[in-house]
Amino acid sequence: MTEFLFLLKHELILGLILVILLIMKIGSKSMTNSSLISLMNGLLFINFVAGWFLNREGVLFGGMFQNSSLLVFEKNVLSLGTWIICLQSSAWMKNHKHLPEFYMLMISTLMGMFFMLSSGNLLMFYIGLELSTIPLAAMCNFDLEKANSSEAAMKMIMSSAFSSGILLFGISLFYGMTGTFSLGGPSYNFDGSPLQVLAFIMIFSGFAFKLSVVPFHLWTADVYEGSPVAVTSYLSVISKGSMVFVFASVMYTAFRGIASVWYDGLVVLSLVTMIVGNLFALRQNNMKRFLAFSSIAQVGYILIGISGSSESGMASSIYFILIYIFSNLGAFGVISLISAHTGRESVDDYKGMYKTNPMLSWVLALSLFSLAGIPPTAGFFGKMFLLTAGAAKGNYFLITIAALNMIISLYYYLRIIRAVFMDKNENSLPSVQGDFGSRLALICCVVGILITGFAGGLYEYILSLSHGL
Amino acid sequence: MNQIGLTHFLILSTSLFFIGVYGFLTRRNLIVMLMSVELLLNSVNINFLAFNKYLYPGKMDGIFFSIFIITIAAAEAAVAIAIIINLYRRHKSIDVEDAEALKD
Repeated sequence: MTEFLFLLKHELILGLILVILLIMKIGSKSMTNSSLISLMNGLLFINFVAGWFLNREGVLFGGMFQNSSLLVFEKNVLSLGTWIICLQSSAWMKNHKHLPEFYMLMISTLMGMFFMLSSGNLLMFYIGLELSTIPLAAMCNFDLEKANSSEAAMKMIMSSAFSSGILLFGISLFYGMTGTFSLGGPSYNFDGSPLQVLAFIMIFSGFAFKLSVVPFHLWTADVYEGSPVAVTSYLSVISKGSMVFVFASVMYTAFRGIASVWYDGLVVLSLVTMIVGNLFALRQNNMKRFLAFSSIAQVGYILIGISGSSESGMASSIYFILIYIFSNLGAFGVISLISAHTGRESVDDYKGMYKTNPMLSWVLALSLFSLAGIPPTAGFFGKMFLLTAGAAKGNYFLITIAALNMIISLYYYLRIIRAVFMDKNENSLPSVQGDFGSRLALICCVVGILITGFAGGLYEYILSLSHGL
Repeated sequence: MNQIGLTHFLILSTSLFFIGVYGFLTRRNLIVMLMSVELLLNSVNINFLAFNKYLYPGKMDGIFFSIFIITIAAAEAAVAIAIIINLYRRHKSIDVEDAEALKD
């Protein structure tokens, strides 16, 4: 009877936090923003720490909900990322009128992602997916006075509604073929008939929209640019990370039978995604837009890892997402601090930043080096494992193109670093002092970037969790 | 003439689906685009009910799924309309072409 308390632990804790927020919203009007921020930071930290204890494996609700140590690890990674984002965006949140609502929306999306990760059934998966995207669109609109923010939210809700329509049509064809919604059940009779391939393509395109794989990426840059920085980092790290986890596990379980079909599709899409993401990132002049295209290119590398065999593909993509959370949040932490204090976001504004903000410049440089994959940082190891997993299939053409793309990406990452360290600027940024929370978040990111790569046991640990997939 | 069978329903739902896709891609008014999305979701509902009725009559899975789709579509429409109202306040228009400050 108490079994479900342990299996549903992550979701129940988030539900508890939601109830606390709701009571505080109704009960006391006197709570100031800064005390709410410290309370929420504490609660999210407790949520992250509590995620590691008292975990069980098993299924609930007749196989609709499942939990395993791999899923627990993925959920803890997402909780960590959410905690860091809340820490580093306190400067923006402090002056916001509707802060409790913002936290409520954020935690409901996180809960939706947890349900989506744990789903053993397409119905559960769909409900989790919608719970994680609909509030996210409302979050994009949270700079209520800014026209750009409402435009970003409009693009987000329209493209996500359209993509879930396509995904649902695929699911309905899937139901017509198999008569069940179960994802992990007995493997279906896949013989590659046209109907099965059509159903697969539609479900795949639904995923590709959410992952912003080229050619389904057009909404990404606009939404990233218009949203508040906290939401942009949430979108690019947490939302994308959870979609990668679900995508990999659905490919390896439900669609294992037509692996030969999806392998080719994945190869073509990852090639196009890397190339287009990199080429567009070259010409961006807004920091958020630049990171949007760089994140599109990173998804291309992740698809290479997923195209490998199931165990190493799963492990390498989870490991990469963990590193990606640290490196991207390091960069977004700096951008969010500077944007909250000065409101400037273009690359030209960052010229000569080293003179006035030496520490922030070093953090930004380290994060960008990690995103580019330069050896001492963790990003190098993440990309190496992804390419190794992809190379297991023997497709060396793909690996070569990926390596060439990494060289192109070096150009635009170094362009930012050159602007920060070398260029002169009369109107450079003023010296920005972060509060305790944002400093703690940046320290976490830097430690993560430096440690995750050298903690050699980590990858083996994730690999051991992915056994039996 | 023939009995009405699964094929008829599938033809209906597929044409509805592509009418929705066409409307979403060509119309520039946000409310009409939202209506096109509803067409997509309703074509999926028809699919689920037809498959359930003709192929798996003993079970109720398809019916339940379509009930959930209707509910979630309502939630989605509520959030979308709230966002459109806010967009109208900022841009004084609900035409997509007028909201194009963000592009590269």
